[in-house]
Amino acid sequence: MKKMQKALALGSVAAMALMGTAATLSADEDADLIINGDMEMIVRTEAPDHLDGHLNMIYSGWTFRSDETQAMQMDDFDNPAMLFVEQGIEIFNTAMGTEGNSCATCHETPENLSEVRAVYPQWDEERGEVQTITMQINECVTERMGAEALGWSSRDMVNLEALLASVGRGTVVNVAIDGPARETWEMGREIYYTEYGILEMSCATCHEQNYGNYIRADHLSQGQINGFPTYRLKNARLNSTHSRFRGCIRDTRAETFAEGSPEFIALELYVASRGNGLTVEGPSVRN
Amino acid sequence: MADNVTPRVRVPREASAGDVVSIRTLISHPMESGQRRDGDGNVIPRSIINRFTCDFNGENVIDVTIEPAVSTNPYFQFSAVVNETGTFNFTWYDDDGSVYEDTADITVA
Repeated sequence: MKKMQKALALGSVAAMALMGTAATLSADEDADLIINGDMEMIVRTEAPDHLDGHLNMIYSGWTFRSDETQAMQMDDFDNPAMLFVEQGIEIFNTAMGTEGNSCATCHETPENLSEVRAVYPQWDEERGEVQTITMQINECVTERMGAEALGWSSRDMVNLEALLASVGRGTVVNVAIDGPARETWEMGREIYYTEYGILEMSCATCHEQNYGNYIRADHLSQGQINGFPTYRLKNARLNSTHSRFRGCIRDTRAETFAEGSPEFIALELYVASRGNGLTVEGPSVRN
Repeated sequence: MADNVTPRVRVPREASAGDVVSIRTLISHPMESGQRRDGDGNVIPRSIINRFTCDFNGENVIDVTIEPAVSTNPYFQFSAVVNETGTFNFTWYDDDGSVYEDTADITVA
């Protein structure tokens, strides 16, 4: 009850704030993100050590969005992505495949997996490779449930990822970049700083050297992925990390890597590590 | 028939007489505009929620005509003055004839 009142109070504050600034559509880069009135997020913090000489501070993409878009993520009722989390819960509890298992058979509740989102991608000893959360889900789906693997950016997969992100909100991103994952991480870093396409742009061109500036009408963020999967207002659905990578590289007018390719897996690990210190805030709302 | 249509409402549970309360509603619905074509070039038929109403103790609070340009999962936020304990009734009307309903009680102290 108390929580509800708080959430409503927040909603009306957000609405009043909107009325005051509707004309400017400006981003409030100094705002703090508190979800449902009680879940505090870290949207700005010191950059991790490996970014020495590149960035001093890291910022969640939330800080670059307009007041209206920011407000949508401050309350779960207003966050359109939470509808997909609900669908994710349904999938979580539904048995798939030949083994008659659902996610719930082993994991019981999504909340038991609240620590997962913050530490993925991570090295998988058994397989001898870096696994993203998508690969880990598909390992369960194919091996423990005996079902067909879900498509990389399929609706069911992204909904499950949104569920895992939502229960992990507030945990601090902390992907490991040392040990056996180092080689993959270095490959990801290489890709991050490689210029692609006819426009000859790297990830760093926009997201390291020009964040905070505008590229045409778009306010450039640091390209952090702590808020993924992301509900985008432009397509009114959840977007996976790899489909966003594709979109960026396509916009440089290059042939892109495929979703789930070794290149994108490496890039996901590297980009995730640039956000070490921010909180998991998916499913987020972006433009 | 649209899939996964679920109405949701947020109304404060308590208020003082004469308070203006904020009401939020959301219904998950694809809101197919009727303007799009499928992979074979055939028009995808329009399928939207075309009307939304809210009544409080039998008295109408809001009555909205919804057109195809309204986005997927339509969300409405509006205010109402409550003078007495009672029930808000929410109704959504689908193009396919389905009617979706939800209610919320409020206690006026």
